[in-house]
Amino acid sequence: MAQKEIELILSRQFADSLDTPIFITDTVGNLLFYNRPSEKILGLKYEDTGPMPVDEWSTVFQPRDEKGNELPPGELPLVKSLKEKMPAQANFWIEGLDGSRRFLSVTSFPIIGQGHRFLGAIAIFWENVTE
Amino acid sequence: MNLSYWGTRGSVPTFNLQTQKYGGNTPCVALSDDQTLLILDAGSGIRGLGDSISQDMMDHYDIHILITHFHLDHIQGLGFFKPLYVPGKKITIWGPPVSDTTLRANVGKYFGPPLFPVHLRELPCALTLHEIVPQEPFYIHSYKIVADFICHPGATVGYRISKGNKILSYIPDHEPWLGSVDFPNHAEWTSGYELAKDADLLIHDSHFTNDQYEGKIGWGHCSIQHAIEFAKLANVKRLDLFHHNPEHTDEDLEEYYVRLVDNSLPFDVSLAREGTNVTL
Repeated sequence: MAQKEIELILSRQFADSLDTPIFITDTVGNLLFYNRPSEKILGLKYEDTGPMPVDEWSTVFQPRDEKGNELPPGELPLVKSLKEKMPAQANFWIEGLDGSRRFLSVTSFPIIGQGHRFLGAIAIFWENVTE
Repeated sequence: MNLSYWGTRGSVPTFNLQTQKYGGNTPCVALSDDQTLLILDAGSGIRGLGDSISQDMMDHYDIHILITHFHLDHIQGLGFFKPLYVPGKKITIWGPPVSDTTLRANVGKYFGPPLFPVHLRELPCALTLHEIVPQEPFYIHSYKIVADFICHPGATVGYRISKGNKILSYIPDHEPWLGSVDFPNHAEWTSGYELAKDADLLIHDSHFTNDQYEGKIGWGHCSIQHAIEFAKLANVKRLDLFHHNPEHTDEDLEEYYVRLVDNSLPFDVSLAREGTNVTL
């Protein structure tokens, strides 16, 4: 596989150093990397899955709003950041593969490299927030 | 492909009896054929290179300067490069794009008060500046060039230069260990890999030893050991250790070479030495 852009490489290093769940996607939403704390959310291990296409990882957990309504993909912060190249934030429920429900606050932002190069997006998941 | 080393030292010019063998000038490497002079970085070594240009070369050669980044040791010789003062001489400077400024503005910070007496607009040569587009090949006569961002503070690129079937990779300031999760095992997640892959010659940062690197992580440079591991990952045919630490004497460099360069490596390793030529 081709080498990743340096901004993505350094983003992965940053994510790998934190105890906060982080997803890193390419420009179309394919999950390039998720760190160890994210494995609880996905119920999958990066070591086992490697990168995942967007339609695969986005169906793993079913995001729902506070009223239990399914959240359309366009409302997910990561999708918004990729589409609009803007930061985005939302709170929602998910159900992991382990069956446990979690309330998450998700913040995402696009990765814009030197020379205004759009390279993907990062989402940070905050758990145990007040509903 | 013919290249010559005009500056191999990193950080700051370092001239004394203890550094005279491998040289004290900061980065400058020249590639030349019968119509083009391609210059990699404009450290203090570019002054001597400019002085060496014959009238015939001045009259007939295209001069292109490829800057990796704007740390002082890579541009400090620019104002002393004589062809810049030859009226009408066509010179092109290539450099990395930076989001909040332009290449002209970056070069302009050097030329003009308070750092330099001559303003950029006062140079009598016919100067053109081009911002490179990362990963997008461009051509200078028979040279094919690809630049890409690499792991080093600020907007910094390395260059991959092909001519015929020969490939030179120039990555003078580089910290490949920093971004890699499991260095040196994942090419896909290693900075600079595509630039160096299968190169006939890799000219690479070797500023520290592993012990010295411990306290300097994040400064943008790597150890001799990391340079060798990176070269091995990239499957190069020859590695020239470059950007020598100003604190490393000739004796130090040769001691590190003996201690750290394994004779059984599948490629040649040399200490880049100012004033020497390499033919690929």
